[in-house]
Amino acid sequence: MTVNIKQWPGTALATRDLEQGHVLTVKYKPRAEYAWDAGVAIARYLEELKAGRLIARSCKQCDRILIPPRMFCEECFRPTDSWVYVEDTGTVNTFSICHVRWDVVRLDQPQLPAVIHVDGASPGMGILHLLGEVAPEEVYIGMKVKAVWEEASRRQGSITDIRHWKPWKEE
Amino acid sequence: MAKVAVVGAGMTRFVRRAQETGRELSWQAAKMALDAAGLRLKDVDAVVIGSAPDAFDGVHMKGEYLADGSGGWCKPTLRCYVGGGTGVFAPIQAWYHIASGRFDTVLVVCEEKMSSCHPHPQGAFLTIFDHTTERALGPNLLWIFALEMNRYMTVHGITKREIAEVAVKNKRNALDHPCAQLGANLTVDDVLASEELAWPVNRLDVSPASDGAAAVVMCSEHVAKRTSPQPVWLEGVGWHLDTAYWTNRDLYYPQYLEYAARMAYDMAGIKEPRKEIHIVEPYDPFDYKELHHLEGLLLCKRGEAARLTVDGVTQRDGDLPVCPSGGLLGVGNPIAAAGLMKVCELFWQLRGEAGKRQVPGMPRRGLAQAWGDLMQVGTVVIMGI
Repeated sequence: MTVNIKQWPGTALATRDLEQGHVLTVKYKPRAEYAWDAGVAIARYLEELKAGRLIARSCKQCDRILIPPRMFCEECFRPTDSWVYVEDTGTVNTFSICHVRWDVVRLDQPQLPAVIHVDGASPGMGILHLLGEVAPEEVYIGMKVKAVWEEASRRQGSITDIRHWKPWKEE
Repeated sequence: MAKVAVVGAGMTRFVRRAQETGRELSWQAAKMALDAAGLRLKDVDAVVIGSAPDAFDGVHMKGEYLADGSGGWCKPTLRCYVGGGTGVFAPIQAWYHIASGRFDTVLVVCEEKMSSCHPHPQGAFLTIFDHTTERALGPNLLWIFALEMNRYMTVHGITKREIAEVAVKNKRNALDHPCAQLGANLTVDDVLASEELAWPVNRLDVSPASDGAAAVVMCSEHVAKRTSPQPVWLEGVGWHLDTAYWTNRDLYYPQYLEYAARMAYDMAGIKEPRKEIHIVEPYDPFDYKELHHLEGLLLCKRGEAARLTVDGVTQRDGDLPVCPSGGLLGVGNPIAAAGLMKVCELFWQLRGEAGKRQVPGMPRRGLAQAWGDLMQVGTVVIMGI
């Protein structure tokens, strides 16, 4: 009963309490390393990235072309049917101009993460990636973009085989 | 369907770093809730614990870790977890324990101690991104909020200035909350002038990392009527999960939350939520999320929530009070405990015990909501007297 309670539990500490040893702490640094299997669908996705192409899966029942590709359609709950190459062009659905790292340390140059709807996939099918070769203030939702690929010899079968996506005009 | 009531609530102060361990915080909140209900641990048939990622505490099987402070030893005890949605999901778990008829009295305890995780608790969120297709890009948690906020603003033509009104309102409301971490009298210009983290998100658009715990006691109808002078009934519950392919759905609208809300409204027999809900405690880890959630909860039209805020409709003395507690932006955001804090707030508000925070006009029905996982789970409870 909030009106009836005068003393609320919970004791706040300040950073200096830790730094000056007013409270005792125990530290632990875990060493946890993982090797993830890419799986059936994403392994093919990565192989095609290494070859400089984007690939999706199609589901005949809902008539969708799905990217990232998946071996089962989560809506129809049945196997997807075939591999379909899609374009390395697309449209910016949303973006941010990020100035900080995960630990809130400021970056020298902002990152431009974006959700990019890929041409050739079904409407609304986007992937997470980065924008580049563009001033942050010039990016807008609806902007057409094209993938800038890593040199073939340096591709590793990773989403970073696309360096970033740059502004692009349809010819 | 069997009726289920909340008969007691408790919480600790929410702070950036608590001296107490998670187990001690859990005990403090649990004991306060039991005392408020006039019950003892031996009256409790089962315990539900809610806590978000184990990685914050660096303790695996956090349910077992927190169980003694939560009163869970030598009792049927479970820990539930749906990310940020946990704090409102935990009382839903207790609801079906009791609605099944098998249990009469269930203690619900939610705890989070984010300060243990160094150098920054945001590190615990890095593993929510797909390890193969996304994590290689170096994402951080702010990205998904910033991407969603931009999409939401752009689709509806809403400005940062309008959205900042939410942060100003909630931090001001929190000045009246005795447990609040970040109550403050700020202006919209203060929010807009705060450090830009990931456009369109500035520092004051975001709730803090916090330590804290909250608890409620829930009972079957016959126990509630025997033991409680003023039970607050759980009239509706709803929850819903959307796709983890978050780049495959339009972030401007939380469709999953609409489904969760419809489930809860249906159970509560609510036909016109805007007229029948008197207080709302939507999840507000970022200021735009309060607006996003009001729309998903069908409490206003899509794109209209910013207007309601600017017009003062969502102030504590407005027509639709939203986050009279001060919300996550003001009271603080110890993830699971923050969601359950909203349930505690409804309990106090509906019983007329909220003191300086009391919403005028004797509100009779409120809604609390939380949200989380990979931005795709919605959990809703409707409470009434």
